[in-house]
Amino acid sequence: MAADIAKAGMLLFLSVVIQLSILAQVSILGGHPNLLLVTLVCVALLRGALFGAVAGFSAGLLADTGVFGTLGFTALLLTLAGYWTGRYGETTGRDRAHAPAVSIAVITVLYQIAALILRYMLGQNAPGGAIFEALVPTVLLNLILIFPVYALTRRLLRPREWVTREVQLLG
Amino acid sequence: MVASLVVLALILITISFREPTSGPLHGVQSAGATVLRPFEVAAERVARPFRDVYGYFAGLVHVKSENKKLKAEVNQLRQKALLGEAARAQNTELRRQLHFRDSPAFPGDYTAVNTRIIGWRNEFDERVVIAAGRNAGIHQETPVVTSDGLVGSVTQVSGTAALVTLLTDESSAVQARDQDTGAFGVVRHGEGESSLIVDRVTKDKRVAEGDVIVTAGTRSKQYPSLFPASIPIGYVVSVGQSDTAPFKQIQIQPFVDFSSLDAVTALITKKHNPEAP
Repeated sequence: MAADIAKAGMLLFLSVVIQLSILAQVSILGGHPNLLLVTLVCVALLRGALFGAVAGFSAGLLADTGVFGTLGFTALLLTLAGYWTGRYGETTGRDRAHAPAVSIAVITVLYQIAALILRYMLGQNAPGGAIFEALVPTVLLNLILIFPVYALTRRLLRPREWVTREVQLLG
Repeated sequence: MVASLVVLALILITISFREPTSGPLHGVQSAGATVLRPFEVAAERVARPFRDVYGYFAGLVHVKSENKKLKAEVNQLRQKALLGEAARAQNTELRRQLHFRDSPAFPGDYTAVNTRIIGWRNEFDERVVIAAGRNAGIHQETPVVTSDGLVGSVTQVSGTAALVTLLTDESSAVQARDQDTGAFGVVRHGEGESSLIVDRVTKDKRVAEGDVIVTAGTRSKQYPSLFPASIPIGYVVSVGQSDTAPFKQIQIQPFVDFSSLDAVTALITKKHNPEAP
């Protein structure tokens, strides 16, 4: 468990740094890839709801700190994203090959809309039109990112089902 | 557990939103930003060559038409520079003879802190993080420029990093004037993404397409400007007016390309702004 936390922590830390320093300014066909969200979805799918929620909260807090954002803003969104994805991974999405793609597509849409609503509630700039225009390219970019990131995350955090099977075989 | 995290996040949002930037939570945030800074700088350095290569090929697409436009602009500016040089020399001489006492002027009365952009906040707002902060003399409201013109001002600062709100952000507004005609107005965010307008220019004032817009400096004791006078902002691309609107509708093209900002200069004043009694 401690090794999992360390690996996931390292992975999320790297994705926060890359997201803030490099990807936040990348715009392709109006879409903005979100490596942090993609990595969190992968971690949550492989480690479940609770792990996903805690990972989302920590990574979100780090992201808010790095860019002087409203502290707790990204943390709240990523906590919910991590929890929802984790639940999906534990139940319906278990052993499904398409689970990462479905998760990231749905989570990206929900994340963008939730961020928009939250910003609107806080009285901050909430350009609804621009966000909805960029939604499809953003989903596509995150879909492209999810496959290599999921493969990497899977190598680092072995799926729990495999461990169970091995124990059963040995037993 | 998850519910506690959600509640904790909501509490943090509430405190962070209501607390002044000098508050303890922002202090913790500044310390966190300082810790993250070396990693952001490293990532930015690794990514820079790739970005440069992309920028090079992206630039090639428009190179021919841009070259033609720039040649025409160089000829025009050469003539203006000759006239400007003569006027500048005359101005210096007259100021010397009059023993003229001026407020801090750009760029002579400012120390430049050249720094790199290490983080972009998100796609919602126009704010960037720079790799220099309080330790380099930067404080809140420090103006930030590039060699092309005005970029924005510092809105939050830690020891080694600062948050710069760009001119194109919805919350930004700068007192400005038409360098050619002297008409005053306020430059702020326009309707489109990254577009700028000059607002509050009354219809009796003269503004023409191609006029250069610069910062006006402080014109009102009540609302002192953060920016020194005469920093280039952009040039006028369209001027319109209607019978019902009290002000002209002026759209400007900023000199700074906000989409490809890489390094910026923070201006630290060498002498204090005079305070009105």
